[in-house]
Amino acid sequence: MKFGIVTFPGSNCDYDAYRAVVEVLGEEAEFLWHKEHDLRDADVVILPGGFSYGDYLRPGAIARFSPIMTEVVAHARRGGPVLGICNGFQIACEAGLLPGALLRNAGLKFVCEPVRLRVENAATMFTSRYRAGQELTIPIAHGDGRYTADDQTLARLEGEGRVLFRYVGGGPGADEWWSPNGSMRAIAGIVSDEGNVLGMMPHPERAVNELLGSADGIGVFESVLSRVNA
Amino acid sequence: MTRFRVSLHVTPRRGLLDPQGKAVTDALHTLGFAAVRDVHVGRHIVVELDAADRPAAEREARRMCAKLLANPVTEDFEIAAVEGGAA
Amino acid sequence: MTASRPVQPRPGDPAITPALIAEHGITDEEYRRLVEMLGRAPTFTELGVVSALWSEHCSYKHSRPLLRTLPTNAAYVLQGPGENAGVIAIGDGLAVAFKIESHNHPSAVEPYQGAATGVGGILRDVFTMGARPIAMLNSLRFGSLDSARVRYLFGGVVKGIGDYGNCVGVPTVAGEVVFDPAYEGNPLVNAMCVGLLRESELMRAVAQGVGNPIIAVGARTGRDGIHGASFASEDLSEANEAKRPRVQVGDPFTEKLLLEASLELIHSGHIVAIQDMGAAGLTSSSAEMAARGDVGVTIDVEKVPVREPNMTPYEILLSESQERMLVVAIKGHEDAVRAILEKWDLTASVIGEVIAEPVYRVTEGDRVVAEFPGTRLVTDCPTYTPPAAEHPDIVALRARDVSAIAERPEERDPAWTLLQLLSSPTLANKAWVYRQYDSSVRTNTVVGPGGDAAVLRVRGTDRAIAVKTDGNGRYTYLDPRAGARIAVAEAARNVACAGGRPMAVTNNLNFGNPRKPDVYFQLREAVAGMAEACAALGTPVTGGNVSLYNETPRGAIYPTPVIGMVGVVDRLAHVTRSAFAHAGDAIVLLGEPTASIGASEYLQRVHGTVAGAPPACDLAAERALIDALLDAIGAGDVRSAHDCADGGLAVALAECAIMDRDHPLGARVDLSPWRGLPLRGLLFGEAQGRVLLSTPHAERVLAAAGRHGVPARAIGTVTGGPSLEVAGTARPFTVPLDRLADAYFESIPRIMARTASAASDSPATTAV
Repeated sequence: MKFGIVTFPGSNCDYDAYRAVVEVLGEEAEFLWHKEHDLRDADVVILPGGFSYGDYLRPGAIARFSPIMTEVVAHARRGGPVLGICNGFQIACEAGLLPGALLRNAGLKFVCEPVRLRVENAATMFTSRYRAGQELTIPIAHGDGRYTADDQTLARLEGEGRVLFRYVGGGPGADEWWSPNGSMRAIAGIVSDEGNVLGMMPHPERAVNELLGSADGIGVFESVLSRVNA
Repeated sequence: MTRFRVSLHVTPRRGLLDPQGKAVTDALHTLGFAAVRDVHVGRHIVVELDAADRPAAEREARRMCAKLLANPVTEDFEIAAVEGGAA
Repeated sequence: MTASRPVQPRPGDPAITPALIAEHGITDEEYRRLVEMLGRAPTFTELGVVSALWSEHCSYKHSRPLLRTLPTNAAYVLQGPGENAGVIAIGDGLAVAFKIESHNHPSAVEPYQGAATGVGGILRDVFTMGARPIAMLNSLRFGSLDSARVRYLFGGVVKGIGDYGNCVGVPTVAGEVVFDPAYEGNPLVNAMCVGLLRESELMRAVAQGVGNPIIAVGARTGRDGIHGASFASEDLSEANEAKRPRVQVGDPFTEKLLLEASLELIHSGHIVAIQDMGAAGLTSSSAEMAARGDVGVTIDVEKVPVREPNMTPYEILLSESQERMLVVAIKGHEDAVRAILEKWDLTASVIGEVIAEPVYRVTEGDRVVAEFPGTRLVTDCPTYTPPAAEHPDIVALRARDVSAIAERPEERDPAWTLLQLLSSPTLANKAWVYRQYDSSVRTNTVVGPGGDAAVLRVRGTDRAIAVKTDGNGRYTYLDPRAGARIAVAEAARNVACAGGRPMAVTNNLNFGNPRKPDVYFQLREAVAGMAEACAALGTPVTGGNVSLYNETPRGAIYPTPVIGMVGVVDRLAHVTRSAFAHAGDAIVLLGEPTASIGASEYLQRVHGTVAGAPPACDLAAERALIDALLDAIGAGDVRSAHDCADGGLAVALAECAIMDRDHPLGARVDLSPWRGLPLRGLLFGEAQGRVLLSTPHAERVLAAAGRHGVPARAIGTVTGGPSLEVAGTARPFTVPLDRLADAYFESIPRIMARTASAASDSPATTAV
């Protein structure tokens, strides 16, 4: 099985995603250059983290018009798995693959730290290796991660079980903005209505080795692997 | 074709949490500007373009906003000024 | 292109007058030297070139004679001082390139851009060696956080460092932040970059090969930062507020493209040399590369891509526009070079070539606008050894008997004093800072910010690199030689606490105006102290940076030598953290407390006093301590190790207990062996040569210490309980961990929340 990892100008987690796939998962991975129109037979496309086009204008706003995105969108429309991490989540929203938008953190500062996440739905192609309700430790590192959508969208996401990861730790009575970035309903990761496009702000590719603090992110990759290989 | 200078304001959509606007409001209050009720921080974009006439320049600018310059999910935009060409 | 033509002044150039010469910071003696070198009067362009290259920032004219005394050799040093960065071999054909650099003056004027462009510059210095940057560190000094202006500077600098490094995708893993009124108005912003490379891919910035083209790469040249290098060589005064146009603006996005393109270029074999156009831009990069290769060069400024119309040769040569590189390619490979750059959306323009004629020549089309014989522009720069004399006030401060300072009534409860120290912004936890830095990108960070040294694994090996920056301006102020020795020893100790063998040093000397005898005395003594410590600890100096003229209307800053230490951890299993890890472990103190409270954080925080002699630093004992510690770690006997220095033993104990905020572990210690010492010396004195560690095998650790002649004692146990208990002294005390944690973790956030609404912490209104 092959993962295609898109390198936009300014991507900086492409390498980490590559290493996670090749070293930890033992699968094949290839970098896909943003100027190309070829997914090189990738089964799964990863839109990695970073600052594509310097996050100028809005994170992801310019990258979504990269030539490769035509192919990524087509791949997604065919039902192919797409994993948007951090800046990749932002790009996926800008490209219309996922609803909502990611705005500047409520605290107005970049935040890098390991966070606790809860798996809200384990019956998806990205979470099948987890248990519903399982708590994970995965790092975040972003300045624009405040998930925002209108009430109707939020209701649909919740109702259809499309909120896959939520930040944990608000406690009873916490206001809506308690999470590390102030996301609505503490949403950390969502999936598209067809279930094949995942967007998440935390970095599962940085959580694949206990030596570096956590291996809780492997499940995301293993889940999609088991689905594609099935 | 005539050269036009279109000024655009892109602001956070009303009603959405605007932490930056709130921070600036608080700062102004701290500095004694007690009358400040609300602040919104957005982007000011100036596009220089060639167009047949003023309406055409405006039309093009609106399309740019819809496609790239503003995020329709979270932002509003308005054309603040169009300079150049015949008045 | 090489036919010799006379140098012609450009129409419209100002006449060379004594006033113009003085404005360029060139002394009469230096001007005479220049005329003698040229055999004629200089053109305006030449005057500008010389003023930049002979500025303190580029020429090190007041420090070079001192820097020559530093130890720089070891078998594993592949590149010592004089290049863009130092390089050491770490085994398996791998090497580490690293360097520290200051951006103090720009940051004082515009903290966000000043700090950001400082990060950009040091990154370029490392990746031009052929190294992939793997970590950033920094060392920051600000005035007291009580000042709104300081909070603005602090917030802006931190954001600038974060935004730049985060965007480029290099983790910022360690650093230090100190607050002291001595830095009010003149903050110190020192940034260090560490890169990894294969020894075979080491690239040097040496121009070679007659006929080889010289290529400008990256951003276009604008008028920004002209005379930034000379700017960095002046006192900061209020007048500088008006000099803002000199400050450069960073573009981390272009930097990321330059980084990838440069590494691809270096590995492609199409180029022979590459250098950042940093301070004094095109002038210094081209002249330095030519001097290193002992070749001639000619450059046509009309071929340099510019951002603004009507730029003069003077402006093009001295511009400090960021994110530009100068490349010497192999003749005939220009298209291949261009293709690589185009892939990364970068432009390349051939602007000159290496020539056989021994001359540094600049043309504007057909007109020769500057020409210097051979490489004398670089090699003939004057050096100075001004008079040095210690200021009598310092002698008196050092001699003061601080033990006579009466205790405050609150001090009857040592817990009160401990909480005061833990909440001192200098000692308190800096998560407010490092949470804004991406510390985990590139997935090598084994130990990130917040502990002693940071540790990065080296992929494909079982080894890791441990890195740390350290310095103590207050010690150096009171005793320059001792302060510099301690900076080296403490950095080494920190690296060893993480399980690393200290290997080599980069240094940043931040001092005042060297023409003042007391400042030059500080510089001379500090370099001597650094040399002694580096020699004793076997950590050669591979490069560094000197920042002088750090002065404000109130006087010079504390003399602040900052040490960037790189060490190697032989096995990943040896990586050690600072926080207590396991209830039931024994707590062992390596080294001995003393009665001394001189120059301590305690005196400053609790008594508002900066006086007394800094603690003694016995370098042989420091080396033995490091050996003993690494022996014990290598034997697998150490569960945690923490440098016991700033704030003293009580602060170190508290930090070990609470540093892992999610898993605090209480402890109980008995200090009765030192009952004879004055209590505040024992608890808060900053005796050097000490490490606090936890171990399941105390007897084995004590034996290892004994083998190295290091005093050691088991002083207590990690209880895992909710408090820290200190017994065996005249005033035993117990303090709940949550109170310690509140003081330690919440101090800076609480102070900064006062200005939380300072949206003014960055003038930028756009998103990150």
